[in-house]
Amino acid sequence: MKTRCIYGVAVALAMATGITLFAQTPAGGAQTPPAGGQAPPAGAQTQAPGGVTLTPAAQRLLPKAVNAPDIKYEVVRDFLKLPPNVYMGEGIGVASNSKGHIFVNTCAQQTRNFEFDEKGNFVREIGKDSYGNVFCHGIRVDAQDNIWVIDEGASSIIKYNPQGRAVMILGRRIGFPYNGMEPPVKEANPAPPYIFNRPTDVAWDAAGNIFVADGYVNSRIAKYDKYGKFIKQAGSRGSGPGQFNLLHAIAVDAQGNVYGGSRSDQRIVVFDNDLNYKTTFDHVGAPWSLCITPGPGHQYLYTSNSNPDNQDTELHKASGQIFKMELDGTVLGKFGVPGKEQGQFSTVHGIDCRVPNEILTTEIVEWRLQKFILHPTAAQGGTK
Amino acid sequence: MKSARLASRLVLAGSVAAFAGALFGSSLVAQQKEITFESAGDFLKLPDDIHLGEVAGVATTANGNLWVYYQGGGPNATIGASRVYINGGARLLEFDRTGKYLREIGTSENDRPYAFLFAQGVRVDPQNNVWIVDRASRMVVKFDQAGKVLLTLGRRLEAVGELGSSGVFGRASGPPGSGVPGDNFNQPLDVAWDAAGNIFIPDGYGNARVAKFDKNGKFIKSWGATGAGQGQFNIPASIAVDAKGMVYVADMGNNRIQVFDNDGTFKSEIKNVGAPRALCISPGAQQYLYSSNSNPTEDPFLNGEIYKMQLDGTVIGRFGKAGHQFKEFGMVNAIDCRDPNTLYVAEMMNWRVQKITLK
Repeated sequence: MKTRCIYGVAVALAMATGITLFAQTPAGGAQTPPAGGQAPPAGAQTQAPGGVTLTPAAQRLLPKAVNAPDIKYEVVRDFLKLPPNVYMGEGIGVASNSKGHIFVNTCAQQTRNFEFDEKGNFVREIGKDSYGNVFCHGIRVDAQDNIWVIDEGASSIIKYNPQGRAVMILGRRIGFPYNGMEPPVKEANPAPPYIFNRPTDVAWDAAGNIFVADGYVNSRIAKYDKYGKFIKQAGSRGSGPGQFNLLHAIAVDAQGNVYGGSRSDQRIVVFDNDLNYKTTFDHVGAPWSLCITPGPGHQYLYTSNSNPDNQDTELHKASGQIFKMELDGTVLGKFGVPGKEQGQFSTVHGIDCRVPNEILTTEIVEWRLQKFILHPTAAQGGTK
Repeated sequence: MKSARLASRLVLAGSVAAFAGALFGSSLVAQQKEITFESAGDFLKLPDDIHLGEVAGVATTANGNLWVYYQGGGPNATIGASRVYINGGARLLEFDRTGKYLREIGTSENDRPYAFLFAQGVRVDPQNNVWIVDRASRMVVKFDQAGKVLLTLGRRLEAVGELGSSGVFGRASGPPGSGVPGDNFNQPLDVAWDAAGNIFIPDGYGNARVAKFDKNGKFIKSWGATGAGQGQFNIPASIAVDAKGMVYVADMGNNRIQVFDNDGTFKSEIKNVGAPRALCISPGAQQYLYSSNSNPTEDPFLNGEIYKMQLDGTVIGRFGKAGHQFKEFGMVNAIDCRDPNTLYVAEMMNWRVQKITLK
């Protein structure tokens, strides 16, 4: 590969130390005339990152910010060490705690949550055989190291304390018909305060208020106090201001602003802490997963414009980057290309960004967690 | 909302107690009395790999051990020939009086008794036998303390939900709520016994009756149908029998407890205690009736208080409210009151058992 020629010496060093370096060539190249009926926008580019030639249809899918400068990065090869006879399924959620331990939510034969130490060694399973393990959708760790599991199938958010015991359950699993709940198949508007319908993510503000992304069927962000008491909600289905078209991810910054990822229409919708609409970012592709660096100090927003599982699609060629942004939406850089090799992205579904310039991803297709080290320039938010 | 109303009533009662007493009668004033109580917090110590789900039942034995019946992971569905088969889900655990885990009945999915499908309740009878009530298998099973099966009531359907069938369960048992008599249940919800060992089972969500069996499991009779009249039910959620053999049925959907004699003749009803979901009558010479006005699924912060009453329905006091913290309740589905001042409550929506001490 071209990149390995450029970084040949570094690659040799990296391989000796178990690290692989990657760097991307800038996207761009000669323009080709648009094909009739599938005209890409004026000025669209014909190549995706990595030099993949795009059809006009794929050109239209490229995020507006695809020409953002590349951030140099490397992958820590073979980071995750699973014991014999323990298998990851699809990598769905990832989060780390204050001690550097890493929590993974995976769709295996049964939905499971694993804990690893900071070196990637297996520690234990969280919530084995729990009533809340129905269909994985994510895992997050709060400022107090509690572990929150988002289960789309149970329509529940389960808060485990650091010891791994369930201490609060938001929503309720349908035990059709045995707990009297009917399976809701349609969007409720307004949605009931305490019942979710395939929720997707959870986040907290500094006061401990809980924000739930709900989600696949409903299209709202619901806000609760730290005791789980409903405060308010915002959002409905659509692509207008404050609306969502598949609310798939959520993150909250230190000021309490709330960022909701609207995946199907490629927008990040921003609200203030009272869930009043503020602004929309529509230049960074489909936000499959969001992560805001916790600080202290300057915060950055990462969003993954994940590639689809099917490699033989135009969207696959036009996606697969993670963007690094300022909280106001300014794009600082991007990294990553779709693919199955270590260091490539095979449909990222979870991002953790607790440690500056370290990114953990969970990926659907290759059943894995990867750890990346970023080397941003000063202009990309790097430090000397 | 109701708790706010009750709080305002409390202020009213406190400030103009004499007037309120004259106007509403003494029982309502007494109803407002808050019983001071404590929670033992994380009382049960579970093995690392066992996690409670929705806890449907808790019951103490004569020596103070606890049996807990809860909904765990699963159940698993298997596609068979034109049917879906469902296995597993409900689990039965025993703890000692300090909350230390002792054992599980059936330690793997395939080892668990056939009736364990969707946990609804567990009770311990005066002879120390352990009875589970399973809503989905529609069975009530009696175990001795060694875990041996002594009696089964009802029969689990061969498959849940025949594909292409218009009915939910594929086997007719009469329209829901028609009070179908006989041996088989349609989502039974509890079990209780009189001094002679006769068995009383509220049945249930799919039916609307109380079924009575003799101590050997021979069907005697049943009474009730869907409705709001005397002897009718809208979800008979729980049941208790006092020392005289009177039968107390939590008629949850009708916001009342109905009292019957031992043959099912309606005697009286108790109101003003919300929608009773869990009943318990304490043993001993002076018996008390406990009833939980549990929160609904839709609101984990609505209601939730537990009432302590005389057997005639006179409210002695109340305690607790809905919520997620300790000293709060998440849909109490069962109360154990072997010791009238040391209660164990099973919480569906908080996935736990709390040990409550009344002061």
